[in-house]
Amino acid sequence: MAMKFEKTGEGKYMLDVCGYVCPHPQIYTKKSLEKMSEGDVVLIVLDNPSSVETIVQMCDQVGHEVLERKTEGGKIHMTIKKG
Amino acid sequence: METTVDTSEKKNQIWAFIITGAMLLISLMYYKASPYYMYIVVYVWFGFAYGMMLQYGRFCFASASRDLFAAGVPRMAVGVLVALMFFSLIQATLSSTNMSTFHPAPFGIHTLIAGLIFGVGMVLSGGCASGSLYKIGEGNMTSFLAAFFGLCIGQAIFVDVKWFDFLIPQKWVDSAMAKGLPAEVMTSSFDKYLAGYIWDQPSIQLSHTKAVSEALPGISRYFIADSLLNTLIPAMVVLIVIYYFYSRKGFMKKRAKVKSGPTGFGDEAAGLWNMITASKRTTIMGVIIGMVAGLHIFVIKGMQIKYGVTNFGQVLTRMNNAGDITLKAGEVGIKGTIFDPGYWYITSQEGQLGAWILEKFGWNMRDNIFFGVNNGLPEPWRNPALWMSLGIIFGAMVMARLNNEYKFKLPKGELIVWGLLGGILMGWGSRPALGCNIGAFFIRVAGGDPSGWLYGTGMVGGAFVGVKFFNWWSERKMAKEMESF
Repeated sequence: MAMKFEKTGEGKYMLDVCGYVCPHPQIYTKKSLEKMSEGDVVLIVLDNPSSVETIVQMCDQVGHEVLERKTEGGKIHMTIKKG
Repeated sequence: METTVDTSEKKNQIWAFIITGAMLLISLMYYKASPYYMYIVVYVWFGFAYGMMLQYGRFCFASASRDLFAAGVPRMAVGVLVALMFFSLIQATLSSTNMSTFHPAPFGIHTLIAGLIFGVGMVLSGGCASGSLYKIGEGNMTSFLAAFFGLCIGQAIFVDVKWFDFLIPQKWVDSAMAKGLPAEVMTSSFDKYLAGYIWDQPSIQLSHTKAVSEALPGISRYFIADSLLNTLIPAMVVLIVIYYFYSRKGFMKKRAKVKSGPTGFGDEAAGLWNMITASKRTTIMGVIIGMVAGLHIFVIKGMQIKYGVTNFGQVLTRMNNAGDITLKAGEVGIKGTIFDPGYWYITSQEGQLGAWILEKFGWNMRDNIFFGVNNGLPEPWRNPALWMSLGIIFGAMVMARLNNEYKFKLPKGELIVWGLLGGILMGWGSRPALGCNIGAFFIRVAGGDPSGWLYGTGMVGGAFVGVKFFNWWSERKMAKEMESF
């Protein structure tokens, strides 16, 4: 198990925190968004449901936009655009 | 793909039915063995309800302060404070009708220090004492590590060893000796701390203080002192502080976009309300948890009245005397009691399970006050509070299964270290204050005991330290990942 933060294209990133439990997914999400520029998009893959609610509220408060949220094979995929 | 999802949903639903059915079967078996065991059954099902609610609301006290500091998210802090306010009103009602099982704890600086240790532990392990249990129900084995090796084994060892004798001043030792307890049950460092320091500290419940008793006649003292002064006003103040530092800026920014002219008090009130209702799932669960925790006290008190006892240890002794069961020596403490909080409580029962396991490896765990005098060391199947903890795990498991959120996850790499270290700190941090985030904070604050706030302050301080550490740790890892960008 290892956290992965990759640049997948121009203004596009992927953060994989599968296997991690609270508070790691939300901390890594916050840190990833801090490293990105406004308008950049990150796909976050996680499998810790308790972190999702916190991430959604964090985005709402700061002004990031959750573009998509879906669950596939026990993994949660969230696409967030930095605001 | 659709078929896979359907199959997985179906499987989860079947598991939810199997677990609930097993719990029902266990309850019936207990009732068949003896109607007295309804006492245990009540604990089981309240635990089950707590588990379901905690999982649904993602209700974790660790997250309350941690997510504030780590992500600036007040969701859980709001949920806890809402639960606290509702619970305090019910507590006051129960106290005023003499149906409360609440008892305040010794007040002192130890509460703050213990809270601090516990706070660091809960952030490292990823969940508070109750949060760890519900997360086990979600299949999170990092929480299992924390609960088993920290809250169970770590806590049991903590109360039984002499490792901390060097921290115990002679006056505590003298004071402990003067309590007249048999020397064979006063061997550990914790015993000297407990009998020589803790028992000498005053216990405060606002409604029972001289000033309040004189100023407020009748039952109003429970509502005004315990609920309003000790819980509602401080909780509101904390909510406003959280709003000011974490929610106000974002809300006012959005408000300014849709409103022309200056903002006023009405906007601030709307902002506060917006923060409280931002996560309906958590806030609603806060209200319900507060009410259920009150109902739990009411039901246990009712059972105690029905059986004419004040502790389940008396019931076990009665059953033993009647030949219904055969108690082993030391199952019930020398005061005739076992650990029976009478309300929502975590940690002591896990310590009992840890001690029971250690005894199987030849460790004498009854030569201390904690297990030998106060709490006893009953067989796990006769331990009502332990059944409450199991109920929490299985209740959360059912809810997680029903929401397709159950996932068995073994801890790997660094999570093993954080789980073990955090769990041990939680186990060790819960003992000196005689409770955890539930017993030492939630229950005490709502019951009118100011020491609950002291523990809560320590817990928040510890969480701050834990978050600082994780921020530093994750920053290092992020920098490494970004080297290739």
